Amino acid sequence: MIELTNTTSSRIAAEFVRARTRAGSPVMGMVMTLIIVVSDEDAEAAMSAAQRASREHPARVLGVILGDGRGSARVDAQVGIGGGWGGEIALIRLKGEIVRYAESVVLPLLLPDSPVAIWWPTAAPSDPASDPLGALAKRRITDAASVGRGKSNAMLTQCRTYAPGNTDLSWTRLTPWRALLAAALDQHPLKVTRAVGVAERISPSADLLVAWLCDRLKVPVERATSEGPGLTEVVMETKDGPIRIYRSDGRLATFTSPNRPDRPVALKRREVPALLAEELRRLDEDDVYAATAAKLVALHSPPKKTARKKS
Amino acid sequence: MVNHHNPLRDPLDRRLPRIAGPCGLVLFGVTGDLSRKKIMPAIYDLANRGLLPPGFSLVGFARRDWADQDFAQIVHDAVKEHARTPFREEVWKQLAEGFRFVPGNFDDDHAFEQLRRTVEELDELRGTGGNMAFYLAIPPSFFGTVVGQLKEHGLADQSAQSWRRVVVEKPFGHDLASARELNAVLDDVFPPEAVFRIDHYLGKETVQNILAMRFANNMFEPIWNANYVDHVQITMAEDIGIGGRAGYYDGIGAARDVIQNHLLQLMALVAMEEPISFEADPLRQEKEKVLAATVLPNRLDLTTARGQYTAGWQGGEKVIGYLDEDGIAKSSTTETFAAITVHVETRRWGGVPFYLRTGKRLGRRVTEVAVVFKRVPHLPFTETATEELTQNALVIRVQPDEGMTMRFGSKVPGTAMEIRDVNMDFAYGGSFTEASAEAYERLVLDVLLGDPPLFPRHEEVELSWKILDPVLEHWARKGKPDPYPAGTWGPEAADKMLARDGRVWRRP
Repeated sequence: MIELTNTTSSRIAAEFVRARTRAGSPVMGMVMTLIIVVSDEDAEAAMSAAQRASREHPARVLGVILGDGRGSARVDAQVGIGGGWGGEIALIRLKGEIVRYAESVVLPLLLPDSPVAIWWPTAAPSDPASDPLGALAKRRITDAASVGRGKSNAMLTQCRTYAPGNTDLSWTRLTPWRALLAAALDQHPLKVTRAVGVAERISPSADLLVAWLCDRLKVPVERATSEGPGLTEVVMETKDGPIRIYRSDGRLATFTSPNRPDRPVALKRREVPALLAEELRRLDEDDVYAATAAKLVALHSPPKKTARKKS
Repeated sequence: MVNHHNPLRDPLDRRLPRIAGPCGLVLFGVTGDLSRKKIMPAIYDLANRGLLPPGFSLVGFARRDWADQDFAQIVHDAVKEHARTPFREEVWKQLAEGFRFVPGNFDDDHAFEQLRRTVEELDELRGTGGNMAFYLAIPPSFFGTVVGQLKEHGLADQSAQSWRRVVVEKPFGHDLASARELNAVLDDVFPPEAVFRIDHYLGKETVQNILAMRFANNMFEPIWNANYVDHVQITMAEDIGIGGRAGYYDGIGAARDVIQNHLLQLMALVAMEEPISFEADPLRQEKEKVLAATVLPNRLDLTTARGQYTAGWQGGEKVIGYLDEDGIAKSSTTETFAAITVHVETRRWGGVPFYLRTGKRLGRRVTEVAVVFKRVPHLPFTETATEELTQNALVIRVQPDEGMTMRFGSKVPGTAMEIRDVNMDFAYGGSFTEASAEAYERLVLDVLLGDPPLFPRHEEVELSWKILDPVLEHWARKGKPDPYPAGTWGPEAADKMLARDGRVWRRP
């Protein structure tokens, strides 16, 4: 990594070219730019997660640390290209007035003619699409489960400001559960009469799952609380008996279905790089997430005649 | 069940993977390399990716005095050694409860009776729902016995609610007649749509990418014809010898082992017209059209070449010749190198030769398709300027180092106009590394899902033999293969064969 102090975007860009030439101009085949907006203390973990995700999606990774907005503007950066992974990386620290104009630093560094994704590993703006950095991106990834403050409302906030391209890692975490539930109904073509999702007290994933089931099945879906970790149980009632996935250890689940023996299913909680890699696989609008987010907002709207209270 | 709409499924929801329905797999030939190195790891990797149904069961059948847990141990070792994804205890637990082993010979009625009971018991205990795939990882000479036994013991009976499928590997016969016989044997027991022939090349991402490259892009198709293409070279080279496969290889040879299936399939994908969709039938129809339009030149002595490796140095290692390998007769005339010329007689490809070559103990391990373009009709440069410019080429690198290379001319920096070949690379491995699955993962999953586009139909197999049979007969009449030293790119005859057309082999 090359340190650049008191620098500019064009010097960072020039350093990318130099670093590549030094490495003998290897084929980069980069498919996107990934912007990470992160605090100083979380930067290292986030950058390393991004590097692991970019094994699958070689990217120019731009870490942006927004520092103290007071005082005179200053841009520092560390620039390098991957050792053992495809892609380029720059960690850019902003201080002073420039913090409010971070997009002016990032814009010249976007790869030409390829998609841009942005990821807030912890705290995210309440409306990512209208955030100046978020507006540069086609894919905006938040993580309601990792915010520091206002955890219980973070998911709802993100759903309220949903815009095409937004997504949340809490949704990504659900994919294996959803796959299993969908497969269960492939095998048992039964009408579900009601359902329940059980998870620890604050679980954005569980809230999304309840909204998804409610939206797709058009039946009442309850939300119950357990000790965790994370999501622990989903039950769908049918006339032949319950379809149930129960996971108490965050690794191995038990799958129960009508007239069938119980079976173990591996259902391990996934790590952030795997989640990020899944998110970056598709950069178009996620329609099912959009519908689910809308449903979650509807479920939490001021009580109408048909709305149910969250348990 | 077919008409039932699953409310949790939505075509827009592309995150949800296709998970196979309840089912199990019966594996014949559990001790072979294929089972241990490819099939068992593929099953684990699928489970690890969450693509196998809960309750998936694996039954081993072999002439061994094993209990279920001995079999589980074999699978465990194979998975630890060869699986692509990391070993995880919870995934292993999900799988391990479903392992069963049935000891016995292929002609042992008692053993097949036990197999039937085992399958029924799995339906009861694991909820496999009567859906079973029988994977015949055994020599084709046993196919008849095994499928006969499956039929006799009611294991091949499908019902409206459940399926039975059979999976076979190459070789699909050793000529047209034997391929038909083999097909008759399978056809007698299983309907055509229940027979899955594995050509593992078709499960490779790079091979499927040929279709994406050709039909999703606008910049290649306009020049993909005889107006611009000079010729096509398809190469599959191995650096290894026959290893311990003498019994299988001797008498079969390179052409039957590789050209009949992998290379002709690759050729079909490169040469075919656009299918109306990527469903199984339209895709196979287009491939069959190409194979049916493929003919050999009249003079087979001038347009084919074959060779047999002799002792030599291969990549810094001294290796023995084919005739000195264990289990090979000194008088063997089996070829370890084969090259043929074919023409696809369609408007698109008229006059464009396709050169297909394969061999063992060649320079390095590589499989690629090189589309070599004609020179420009007129070069507005002085002769010295373009001395180092050859023909443009587009190379699809199938393995290793998957990707594409384009070769074109570029000006050498300096005051003089001088043009030289340069290469531009796209590394498939670099752009999407981690997620790309092994060919067998994809194919085993497709068998369990009943998704047939990637499996050759017996018509394709027969058409391929029709192309190759005259060459094999010609060779059988005419003496011995030419010797070539191990570690080189084959016999001189192969170079002469191209030189007659005024062309040279690309060094892959």
